[in-house]
Amino acid sequence: MVRRLREGINACLWAALAGVVASPAWAFAAEAQGAVPEVNKPWWFWPLVLLLFCFVLGIIAVLAGVGGGVLYVPLVSGFFPFHLDFVRGAGLLVALAGALAAGPGLLRRNLANLRLALPVALIASTCAIGGAFLGLALPTNVVQICLGATIVFIAVLLATSKNVERPQVKAQDAIGRALGMYGVYYEESSREVVEWKTHRTLPGLILFIVIGVMAGMFGLGAGWANVPVLNLLMGAPLKVAVGTSKFLLSITDTSAAWVYLNKGCVIPLMAIPSIVGLMLGSFVGVRILAVAKPKIIRYLVIGVLLFSGIKALLKGLGIG
Amino acid sequence: MTTRESAKASPEQMLYADLLFYGCWASIFIMVITYAIYVSGLISPHIPLDKLPHLWRLPVNDFLHEANAPHGWGWALLLGRGDYLNFLGIALLGAMTIVGFLTLIPAYIRKKDWSFLVIVILEVLALLLAASGILGTGGH
Repeated sequence: MVRRLREGINACLWAALAGVVASPAWAFAAEAQGAVPEVNKPWWFWPLVLLLFCFVLGIIAVLAGVGGGVLYVPLVSGFFPFHLDFVRGAGLLVALAGALAAGPGLLRRNLANLRLALPVALIASTCAIGGAFLGLALPTNVVQICLGATIVFIAVLLATSKNVERPQVKAQDAIGRALGMYGVYYEESSREVVEWKTHRTLPGLILFIVIGVMAGMFGLGAGWANVPVLNLLMGAPLKVAVGTSKFLLSITDTSAAWVYLNKGCVIPLMAIPSIVGLMLGSFVGVRILAVAKPKIIRYLVIGVLLFSGIKALLKGLGIG
Repeated sequence: MTTRESAKASPEQMLYADLLFYGCWASIFIMVITYAIYVSGLISPHIPLDKLPHLWRLPVNDFLHEANAPHGWGWALLLGRGDYLNFLGIALLGAMTIVGFLTLIPAYIRKKDWSFLVIVILEVLALLLAASGILGTGGH
């Protein structure tokens, strides 16, 4: 019976994944056929499609171990009729809601650490404000090209980066020590208390300037960049890096989201189905995680990211 | 020696976590309710629903102009309209981190952790600056 249940879940999952993977094909087919213009569709059509799409996206994001925002912005801007300004505004809210929902559990288990997060967050969130203004000031095609290049880079990063569960930090550097960037967490799987500390704090902090600007500029969320910097560069254990990264997003995206909100880049009719759909999908995704094969899904997501990144690049260049 | 007890989160971290938990779910609950009011037409919107598919493909400045929509905190004056009522939940979501940081200030004062107190105050100021719209709500 368990096997049958597992097969059923896998079948549903593959169907859902096929929906997301096929969405670009549908969009191209519609374009190629010169289908009925979107404006002739009723007002509820795209929000409803978006709700369902984001639900599936939420499941896929959890299984692939990526944030919702990083999939949302390239896919929705590439294949839905909304202008990039509104997609980025909604993308930030999607990433923010996901980070705020995950934050409490991570903070309680000490997997998101305030002493590690706060100094980094100050840099990233301040730069995200600058990034948001920069993104809204640049011409749309330039942002689209930069977005496409970034998405392709993220796909390559996801495919090649090898995070380290517990990096060896022999000696903590002076900045890390002064800021108290060390801590302890309980590792459930091995039932041991793990002590950690950071090193190479200054280069890490400098990189968060770039991460903050990119998060604000593209509305992507920045977990894809936070984790390698915290884990591979600064030496935080993978669990702490992932937890702190998710918590960091709640701060970085708050600052950028307010800029987009104040600029008028939030349309509730599309933003709220996106948030609700992705959150519901994430809950289902967490439950499916136990019986799914995330590795294959991760490769498929990398493929979809590559495809949507190239599509954004071509769109920015006026080819797509 | 480090024990499992020492791996527990600090009290200020636990307080922050509780606040985020209730605040986040309250804002999502509000969003769902206000969205249902909006799309059901119980309260008429500022921008007619059937006009939106013509507008959402425009850049934001053209959208604001065509829809006669506000920017900055102008939405607060239109909370009586179905569409702008949704901004209540969205603004609460955006306010949670600021409120969370404010709760950290007394804890760091008690601990005399001045470097983190400065970091938290600067973060609150940065977030308030972003939220205020002072930095410019003009066009592209």
